Amino acid sequence: MADVNRGNRPLSPHLQIYRKQITAVLSILHRLTGIGLTLGAVLLVWWLTAAATGADYFAVVDGLLTSWLGLLVLTGSLWALWFHALNGLRHLVWDTGRGFDLTTVTRSGWAVVGGSVVLTLLTMIVM
Amino acid sequence: MDYKTDRNRVQGLGSAHHGAGHWWAQRISSVALVPLTLLFLFPFAHALGQTHADVRAIYGNLWNALVAVLFLAVGFWHLAQGLQVVIEDYVPQKATRTALLLLNSLLCGALAVAGILAVAKMAFGV
Repeated sequence: MADVNRGNRPLSPHLQIYRKQITAVLSILHRLTGIGLTLGAVLLVWWLTAAATGADYFAVVDGLLTSWLGLLVLTGSLWALWFHALNGLRHLVWDTGRGFDLTTVTRSGWAVVGGSVVLTLLTMIVM
Repeated sequence: MDYKTDRNRVQGLGSAHHGAGHWWAQRISSVALVPLTLLFLFPFAHALGQTHADVRAIYGNLWNALVAVLFLAVGFWHLAQGLQVVIEDYVPQKATRTALLLLNSLLCGALAVAGILAVAKMAFGV
């Protein structure tokens, strides 16, 4: 319970001690990429409304998004999108009851990580 | 598909105040987003960095506009569902949690409408 006062007593360390596992890391990464994509979504709507508004305003927004910082943010968003999508598929497979054995979980996990990087690069090359 | 019993339906929620409806709705939006994201991403990635006139032409195409509208609608619905779970998990104080959940629904809705309106404006050539 986050609202309980525990006094000044020390807590048993967990995140600093326990070995990071692919299951837990990808799980929180799925949540973090989902939250991070909020920024991507806002930028997308901003860009679309600018395009629909007029050439002057569009030039400002497009200029920002295609600046080096803007491109950095967009690349990060692209990776987040691919990761979240691939891991999302992994979740949907789990929803059918399949793939819960440790070998499959580990392999599918690494496939999602590798696949997200590859697909990000591919999309950047194709676009 | 309603996973509620008769009594749950009358009461409005299950005993955990949380039914399976949200779980299933998340699956619906997730599955829909698989093709929608792919179909949206490639015209968008191509349009990014083009001239204003070219961008308007790309979203003037009815097919691109349709995909964009669907992607925005389902995407923001999915975003709202996801953020709802995050808020429910990490905010224990009821007043703050309620306010944030309300804000979440309203902002995602507003952003979706803004994006769809922008695409529609370009699709109709106005």
